[in-house]
Amino acid sequence: MDSPLLPYGVKRCTPGAFFLWTLPWLALLAWGGLAAVLCLWKGLNQTHMSNVFAFALWIVFDLAIIGLGAGAFFTGFLTYIVGRKELKSIINTAVVIGFICYSGAIAMLGIDIGQPIRGWFIFWHANIHSMLVEVSFCITCYLIVLTIEFVPLILENRQIRKVRELRLVGHNLHEIMAVFAATGTFLSFFHQGSLGGMFGVMYARPFAAREGFYIWPWTFFLFVLSAIACGPCFTILCTKLTEFLSRKKLVPDDAIQFLAKMSGWLLALYMVLKTFDYLGWIYGIVPRAGLTFMDFFNEGPYGVWIIVAEMVFCGFLPAIILLTPAGRKSQGWLIFASLLNCAGIVLNRFLFIIVTPAIPVMPFDRFRSYLPTWQEWGIGMAVVGYGFLVFSLAYRYLPMFPKETELNPLPVE
Amino acid sequence: MTPFSFEWQWNIEYVIFFGLLYIALGLIGGGITFVAIKTALQVFGFMRERDFHD
Repeated sequence: MDSPLLPYGVKRCTPGAFFLWTLPWLALLAWGGLAAVLCLWKGLNQTHMSNVFAFALWIVFDLAIIGLGAGAFFTGFLTYIVGRKELKSIINTAVVIGFICYSGAIAMLGIDIGQPIRGWFIFWHANIHSMLVEVSFCITCYLIVLTIEFVPLILENRQIRKVRELRLVGHNLHEIMAVFAATGTFLSFFHQGSLGGMFGVMYARPFAAREGFYIWPWTFFLFVLSAIACGPCFTILCTKLTEFLSRKKLVPDDAIQFLAKMSGWLLALYMVLKTFDYLGWIYGIVPRAGLTFMDFFNEGPYGVWIIVAEMVFCGFLPAIILLTPAGRKSQGWLIFASLLNCAGIVLNRFLFIIVTPAIPVMPFDRFRSYLPTWQEWGIGMAVVGYGFLVFSLAYRYLPMFPKETELNPLPVE
Repeated sequence: MTPFSFEWQWNIEYVIFFGLLYIALGLIGGGITFVAIKTALQVFGFMRERDFHD
């Protein structure tokens, strides 16, 4: 039925099977839609956010998917600025993932701010000394860049290509993509960094506070590094999942191996610097605040195991696997290491966003814990559903994997 | 105050912050304008359409 819309020379499932595949994701979107209506209509009392947990599940989701979506700018940088030609076979996927992550994050923020109708205040009444303002400006501008990077792929659709004017727009955009890739790299560096810097400058919260360079705490640089270390792994995971579901090889091994190796080196560098960061914090900031490391974990649900999991199991272990040629060449180990790498960034963001406010800073304070409501989960899961839906539509109707026909030639009838 | 920042102040911090922002927006806007003009010239036959290859 929809075969005229499918890319040339590729095989896709029947429209019926595709519709069935979209049902769970549509259900997640419906759940999120209901939650969003409740939050916008009745207010943020629908959540378990409070004066203590002003940043909650949605910001964990936001920061995690913004970190995971970093594969878009980093792959774009490597493809268009550094000139790694083998990445052209995976750059479209990275862009689609980046677009999903950033548009999903901004949509979620629209609910999180409580009154989206006043969302423009942050731009008009810009407090330029606020890292959050810098993040807002940068992610908004970067979403524009990602949209521009996504448009040529949409215009490559078999039917849209027939319109000469649109085809020309797509080609001309593609020709100057290096300009947009460079702009995206600049914007991403600053917003990924400022997301980390936001926590490092919380001097009244010794769990998050860090020293640093000039106005930037070390968390600024660590967030950038962790994002570019795990973003490519998330792109690999999405590609491998698509290959598994479609039972096809979609991206040549050289592109995957290059991204995995790059990710391994960056993750290893990140883990070394993160170790120094933790040591500097444990023997510097923490004692100066009159505390010891274990004081943070005396009570409450968030144990020291999270830091051990973040550093050892989701940090050093995947770095070793990705740096070992035999490890990253094995499909199972590559996926395992990529999963751990991505889990590590989620744990890292969780530590800063949820554990930081949970720990008391005054003698009369007590440990807090936080459990999201179903409305909060609904909004978060809607972004997951939205992601699967957009990615599936892009895979079905757009030439997202340019080497697909070459790697999977259709039998001659 | 400028049309683009309600609370604009003439000091170096504002110049750096908004300067970088306007450079980024300028690159995005300039790129889009370039593509629009080039496409229009190609559509109306004033510029040759190139074959596009990866």
